[in-house]
Amino acid sequence: MSEVIDRPLRDDEKPAASRLRIVDCDVHPSLRSTDDLNEFLPKRWQQHLKEYGSHLRTPYLFTTPYPRSSPLIARRDAWPPTGGPPGSDLTFMQKQHLDPLDVEFGILQVLDLFIFSQQNLEFGAAIQRAINDWQLAFWSHRDPRLKASILVGQDGTDLAIAEIERCAKIGEYIQINVSPRANEPLGRRRYWPIYERAQALDLPLGIHVGGYGGHPPTGGGWPSYYVEEHQSNAHTIAAQLASLVIEGVPERFPKLKIVFIEGGFGWIPSAVWRMDQHFERFRSEVPHLKRKPSEYVRENFWFTTQPIDEPDEARHLRALIEWVGIDRLLFSSDYPHWDFDDPRFAFKTPLTEVERKKIFSTNARAVYKF
Amino acid sequence: MARHIVASTSEIPPGSNKVVDIAGRDIVVFHVNGEFFALLNRCPHEGAPLEKAACVARLTSPEPGVYERSRVGEMLRCPWHGWEFDMRNGQSWFDPKRVKVRSYPVAVERGDELQKGPYVAETFPVHVEDSYVIVEV
Ligand code: FES
Repeated sequence: MSEVIDRPLRDDEKPAASRLRIVDCDVHPSLRSTDDLNEFLPKRWQQHLKEYGSHLRTPYLFTTPYPRSSPLIARRDAWPPTGGPPGSDLTFMQKQHLDPLDVEFGILQVLDLFIFSQQNLEFGAAIQRAINDWQLAFWSHRDPRLKASILVGQDGTDLAIAEIERCAKIGEYIQINVSPRANEPLGRRRYWPIYERAQALDLPLGIHVGGYGGHPPTGGGWPSYYVEEHQSNAHTIAAQLASLVIEGVPERFPKLKIVFIEGGFGWIPSAVWRMDQHFERFRSEVPHLKRKPSEYVRENFWFTTQPIDEPDEARHLRALIEWVGIDRLLFSSDYPHWDFDDPRFAFKTPLTEVERKKIFSTNARAVYKF
Repeated sequence: MARHIVASTSEIPPGSNKVVDIAGRDIVVFHVNGEFFALLNRCPHEGAPLEKAACVARLTSPEPGVYERSRVGEMLRCPWHGWEFDMRNGQSWFDPKRVKVRSYPVAVERGDELQKGPYVAETFPVHVEDSYVIVEV
């Protein structure tokens, strides 16, 4: 947190002067319109999209959760001058984000069309496939810094596997993305075929928190306020971390890399301490776990940084980073959303050059093998 | 403190703003309800450009269920994380003791008055019949 700012920017704060060379693990591209998908979507599903649209596992019909704080949850300065929603214009994204912040690699996270919550699994798979192709054609092939993920809905596991195989053959995708809120907790066996393929292909599993999956976002039910709901990303991810670990996913797939995106990391220490403590007491309930939960968390899981909790004292953030582990954190900006983090100012705590480099680049490079 | 003529009043219609560079500082001048306010164009949190801030009302609630709007258009809501600042003095409503946006004194003067004084803008030919916005930095 800063005091009054009353000075021109220092040279090292000026975008052009900085050589940040960052890997940004959470960049949101948007469709300009669903017509963008036409070339990738069979006529049958184009028609379906027009006539029936999304059928979702949420209690809301045609009430999108937007605006959540800001129209399209976007930064107010991120609307492209050419029109279209934030994140839909590559040139503007380059000018506003990739170039000035010296993004070496940016990992695309697509949220359009409630992609993971489609109840019609075949329609969902068709949309996912179209979006996977669109990511390459509209983004990665036009700017090789931008990396695409294989988006699949894990509830249609056979469809997901087919799509993973198709994309893996193309060879340009850097992770497999599944829903943070599937029909069941993510550790359940019905989803294991996906984890098995991810391990075999050595592709990290990306789980971008948020959205609506039909379950109330908190254990206590549906919140009244957006500010309350926004908190729930941390609960959701903590529940999914526990499910994955305790059901034995990393035990069964020891080489599987799992990246939680947009969940922050402030909640991790107590969640992990509690799991360890209970593991000691209730080992006989889960004898399939050969190690303490914290050991799996330290080996199989990574967490992107945004949104960063901002304690009043910088040293508390520092302590938190140390507890979570400097090698577990991957920088993410969440561009162009309203809670975007600027890599120059977001970490309001001292880091050594080596630590900075790890969080802003080398950790992600190791996970994604750039 | 030097005085800088930054615009003619007609150049910043009510509800809009203009960004000017004064001595290397990016300063944004807002026009709200007939008044002009000048602030550094950077949010003290992560540096968002305040020219894109929403100009909102102060919304308070003396008790649950009772809401009061006041000072319509005079509060800046940062375009990124939504911290709110008082346009009049840069005061933060988020953490008033620690955070503030630098604000600068603004005056509006008529062209004929300006012509008498030493303040002749280089970039603005001063017309006698117009009024000008002057920021002190
Ligand atoms: S940059 Fe203004 S509130 Fe964060």
